[in-house]
Amino acid sequence: MTAQGPDATYFAHLAKGDWRIQKCRGCGEHVFQPRVMCPSCGAEAFDWVAPSGKAEVHSTTVVRRRAEQGGDYNVALIDLAEGVRIMSRVEGVDPSDVTIGMAVTARLAEQDGETIVVFDPAGKGTQ
Amino acid sequence: MSWYMRGKAAVVGVATAHLGEAPGWSHLEIAADAARGALADAGLTLADVDGLFAVSMHSVFPALSYAEYLGIQPRFSEATIVGGSSAVIQMLQAALALEHGLCDVALIVYGSNQRSASGKLHSPSGAENLPYEKPYKLRAPIAGYAMSAARHMHDYGTTREQLAEVAVAARMWAAMNPDAFMRDPLSVDNVLGSRMVCDPLTVRDCCLVTDGGGAVVMTRADRAKDLKKDPVYLLGCAGGHTHRQYSMMPTLTTTAAVQSGREAFTMAGLTPADVDVVQVYDAFTINAVMLLEDLGFCPKGEGGRYVGDGKLRPGGGLAFNTYGGGLSCTHPGMLGIFTTIEAVRQLRGECGERQVDGATVGLAHGNGGMFAHESTALLGTAAAI
Repeated sequence: MTAQGPDATYFAHLAKGDWRIQKCRGCGEHVFQPRVMCPSCGAEAFDWVAPSGKAEVHSTTVVRRRAEQGGDYNVALIDLAEGVRIMSRVEGVDPSDVTIGMAVTARLAEQDGETIVVFDPAGKGTQ
Repeated sequence: MSWYMRGKAAVVGVATAHLGEAPGWSHLEIAADAARGALADAGLTLADVDGLFAVSMHSVFPALSYAEYLGIQPRFSEATIVGGSSAVIQMLQAALALEHGLCDVALIVYGSNQRSASGKLHSPSGAENLPYEKPYKLRAPIAGYAMSAARHMHDYGTTREQLAEVAVAARMWAAMNPDAFMRDPLSVDNVLGSRMVCDPLTVRDCCLVTDGGGAVVMTRADRAKDLKKDPVYLLGCAGGHTHRQYSMMPTLTTTAAVQSGREAFTMAGLTPADVDVVQVYDAFTINAVMLLEDLGFCPKGEGGRYVGDGKLRPGGGLAFNTYGGGLSCTHPGMLGIFTTIEAVRQLRGECGERQVDGATVGLAHGNGGMFAHESTALLGTAAAI
């Protein structure tokens, strides 16, 4: 999968149920969102590695929405153990019970025909 | 050491138009009425304008649209789009263009009919494909500001009551401004008890959705002295940005206002203690807390306690958003230009009941995106030069 850009590579992996992020061959830092060159060191070569799935809620909000439109939902920024941050949501608990610092675990889910990354409270999810 | 451009350009005309609700008016008509008003304020006409600095949330090519509508063919045109802070950083662009003779009369102009047209924040940026955030249905921009507020509360002990105090103070200033959209009394309990939109922010922690336009006219300082009103000089102006997507914000509780404020104060040779009136883009109550920290009015983390004891209320110690701000006066999508307009009016002594006596230095601060772009301008009367 080198004949396409890093964005397409990321989503092609994800579509196969294989979540991977970039790890820079120059400085060893994990990189997210995908880049053509490392924001830390400028290197242009990366390995695509599977994150551990271990993560922590960095911040969170409950988006209030009328019940007939689907009800309240969570939006969160999640810090992966690999040192990068991703926007996602925490499922499996009431949106208002998601707290900053909560340990969470990544899981792949289907939404509108796409594979996306969501998170469960640690110990509840599967990866 | 200060900036070689300090005081070389001046604001000579300002105006607002159609603040509040303007059903039946297009965004171009609103912008044009603001432009007409600002030129009349300066004693100039459209024929004098040869520099156009346009910003819009309705037009993909705002410089082209505004110039076409106004019937002008500027020598110099510019349309920086960095969100609601655009019109503040455009004063820097205008000052540079004036200084180098690329134009002689610069018009900065903005107009929106978002309230009457759609009833909500009109933002073409919503159409942009952001594939890493889109699946999670971030309600932009409030959900981003909510997550900064939540993290500020977590890290520094900031409370919802302290945030609410920002809205209460804004309403008190608005009560003295006949142009303000909401002027009824507001209490901390009212704010806390309002409808929650994105925790921890209620609808009263959020700016208004209104129509309205604003315009600012600038010339070189030498010409400014001969115009209708006393010039208000640009002493310093700087910007900075940290991200486009909220999830890429490096630190949720610190903005590029650290940079824009430091640079603008250095250019002006001033410090926060020298500022008489402070006009900061208050899209949400958390903006006041974080931006006052980042601009150096209080240490990082102290913003909640700084605003929480009534300091922003009339007579409270800091003359802050003296027109009622985006929270209570007006918020037609991009507030940046209105921070400048109020600063200029205060420095001219035109603010009636809400006038801050003897104001000679004003700060106007714009914020764009979700704490993404920050721009700071320091303005002063002849006494500040």
